[in-house]
Amino acid sequence: MKDFWQRFKRNRGAVIGLIILALVILIAVFAPILFPQSPWKMVQRPFLPPFERDALLLGTDALGRNVMAGLAYGAQVSLIIGLISTVASLAIGIPLGAIAGYFGGFVDDALMRFTEFFQTVPNFALAIVLVAIFEPSVESIIGAIAIVSWPPVARLVRGEVLSLRSREYVEAAILSGQRNSTIILKQILPNTLSPIIVLASLMVATAILLESSLSFLGLGDPNLMSWGYMIGAARTVIRQAWWLSLFPGVAIILTVLSLNLIGEGLNDALNPRLSRKGK
Amino acid sequence: MIKKLSLLASSMLLAANVAYADPVTGGRANAVIQPEPPSLMLGLVQNGPTQMVAGNIYESLLRYDENLEPMPQLAKSWEIASDGLTYTFHLYDNVKWHDGEPFSADDVVFSADVFLRETHARLRNSLKYVESITAPDATTVVFKLKEPFGPFIGIFEGGTMPIVPKHIYEGTDYKSNPANNTPIGTGPFKFVEWVKGSHILLQKNEDYYIDGLPYLDEIYWHVIPDAASRAVAYETGVVDILPGGSVENFDVGRLTDLPNTCVTDKGWEFIGPLSWMWLNNNEGPTADKRFRKAVMYAMDREFAKDALWNGLGKVAQSPVSSSTRFFTDDVTQYDYNPEKAKELLAEMGYDGTPVRLLPLPYGETWQRWAEAIKQNLEEVGIEVEMVATDVAGWNQKISEWDYDMAFTYLYQYGDPALGVGRTYISSNIAKGSPWNNVEGYKNPKIDELFAMGATAVGKDARQEIYTEAQQILTDDVPVAWLLELGFPTIYRCNVKDLVTTAIGLNDGFRDAYIEK
Repeated sequence: MKDFWQRFKRNRGAVIGLIILALVILIAVFAPILFPQSPWKMVQRPFLPPFERDALLLGTDALGRNVMAGLAYGAQVSLIIGLISTVASLAIGIPLGAIAGYFGGFVDDALMRFTEFFQTVPNFALAIVLVAIFEPSVESIIGAIAIVSWPPVARLVRGEVLSLRSREYVEAAILSGQRNSTIILKQILPNTLSPIIVLASLMVATAILLESSLSFLGLGDPNLMSWGYMIGAARTVIRQAWWLSLFPGVAIILTVLSLNLIGEGLNDALNPRLSRKGK
Repeated sequence: MIKKLSLLASSMLLAANVAYADPVTGGRANAVIQPEPPSLMLGLVQNGPTQMVAGNIYESLLRYDENLEPMPQLAKSWEIASDGLTYTFHLYDNVKWHDGEPFSADDVVFSADVFLRETHARLRNSLKYVESITAPDATTVVFKLKEPFGPFIGIFEGGTMPIVPKHIYEGTDYKSNPANNTPIGTGPFKFVEWVKGSHILLQKNEDYYIDGLPYLDEIYWHVIPDAASRAVAYETGVVDILPGGSVENFDVGRLTDLPNTCVTDKGWEFIGPLSWMWLNNNEGPTADKRFRKAVMYAMDREFAKDALWNGLGKVAQSPVSSSTRFFTDDVTQYDYNPEKAKELLAEMGYDGTPVRLLPLPYGETWQRWAEAIKQNLEEVGIEVEMVATDVAGWNQKISEWDYDMAFTYLYQYGDPALGVGRTYISSNIAKGSPWNNVEGYKNPKIDELFAMGATAVGKDARQEIYTEAQQILTDDVPVAWLLELGFPTIYRCNVKDLVTTAIGLNDGFRDAYIEK
């Protein structure tokens, strides 16, 4: 563990990313304490510019709602949706990839063609269709993001499993009569964890972007104040109220950037052999 | 000089609410038309954009001032018999169709009795009361009714009863008549060309039957499909007139702040768009009258008007729009009073059952509005769950009564018998339409009052009936009335007399002129 942290620390970008992400998480967790009033509450006159009042540092939107409160509650939405949808797509992708890689042959062919089917449909278009069919809500958005983002996981896991499958320790396990499920779960999967963790951190970033894009298009959960929704609602008034688009936009950029930096740091830390020289 | 004086006098007589001014002839009006109309044949298609352009080409017997009092159009005078059964119209005798053929009473009989009966569903409903339509001579038309029908004098409007040329349409298949592409009417402007996706050009009718009118030489309708581009077209001076609804609400403030820019929300008195929230009277918390009253008290409608509708329009006081006939404000008033709402909820023992709110999927303004109402309701303790939907889903959910609260707005067409009763009478309770008694409100007294109101004779008698109906309805709150919508017409201030009637731009640019 100490080694891991040493290697992670060597990537300065990753540390910065970690700090930003920690801040975002803190804001999300303490949003109800920082802003006890609902982010939907109309607190001041509409279109109050930022930095004019201390209590409303980032101004108000078209209905006089506090932009800063919106950002804090939006952080909750983005992080929760990013996290849960990533876990869900891992839950689809890992078993499929592991089974395909372990058993090979016909099973592999069938599962991989199935995976490719999902890969050939453009991600975002499929997500839009799914959300539109099942009506926009947190559940349908998480489901749609999970469904469009599991194929890379399956392919990655399959590749890893395929290479581990012929290792001696796996053959030994087979010879000792362990069941297939035990071998996959106990012998093989733990050794594929590093690339999965790296991929997952990037997937959270992608999921946050996907959710924002859906909300921007008006396909977000109408009961949730999310960053994408804030930008979507603000784009029509961008000439009158630039701050309504800018601040949530910055929030998305920072969060996604921090996740990408962390992903890179994890990659360096977990795969020391691949880490670049000079760092 | 004398001619000029008489011309002035006549123009003032004809447009009663026109301020004294010296009209200038000539010039071209550049206006936006949005969306591009499907056709300009007003007898076949009566949607908004068609009427806005074709209202210059076709005319009806009457037009209406902002109090919905009839004014002459093709009919220069008219009489209504005291039993309310016979309506006699005397037509102008020097009217010509745009192709030079003379216009006569036969055209009116053909249009009302033959052509429009087949093509115009809304008019057909009113013509049910008509026994016969006859032309005793070339300039007289007589409508005889089976029983009195109160709103009858209000149906002689361009979009309701456009007069079409008998010599072109008699005996043909109306829908496939090639003349539909080159509309021929009696109006102040003639059709010149329509380049699809680009523009529609109309030209002054030199033979118009009222001397000196119209003042403009041309009307050029620009087709610009994108709302932001329409706003830019106005800013850069390409167009001078933006009809209501052609730019987004949030752009209105910015555009009206431009120099030499005027704005009016007049010209919608006839159709009287009134917005409300359907409240499901059949089930859920909204089935309780106290809950519905609480909703009325919880909503800050003034705020919505100012923040979302640029302060245009009015807070609705009654199921009848204040511009519609027989409106009364002698009803239960609901001001913004969250405390009262909380009391009512406590009294009924509201248990926090969430209600589903369906916004109207017509763009940002309506979405924001739903968010504001949701917040209003949550502040008095009502749990609201917003349902996301598109136009098709909205139609379906409303038609199948699958909602608790849902935004909508409907037109009133000037008379409670035409545009109000349909929402509240119990014979209109039927799944499958989003425009009937969707809330499921049943009250035999209301049924009776609306039945009486349609056939009662005399203004006072009808006023009494509709006053009582409005009092009962505002006490029962079958739906939550929001705003009388104000759609702004934005134009350069040197375009004068643009909106002079209750029908607004849809009544044509007959009286409009451009000051140099």
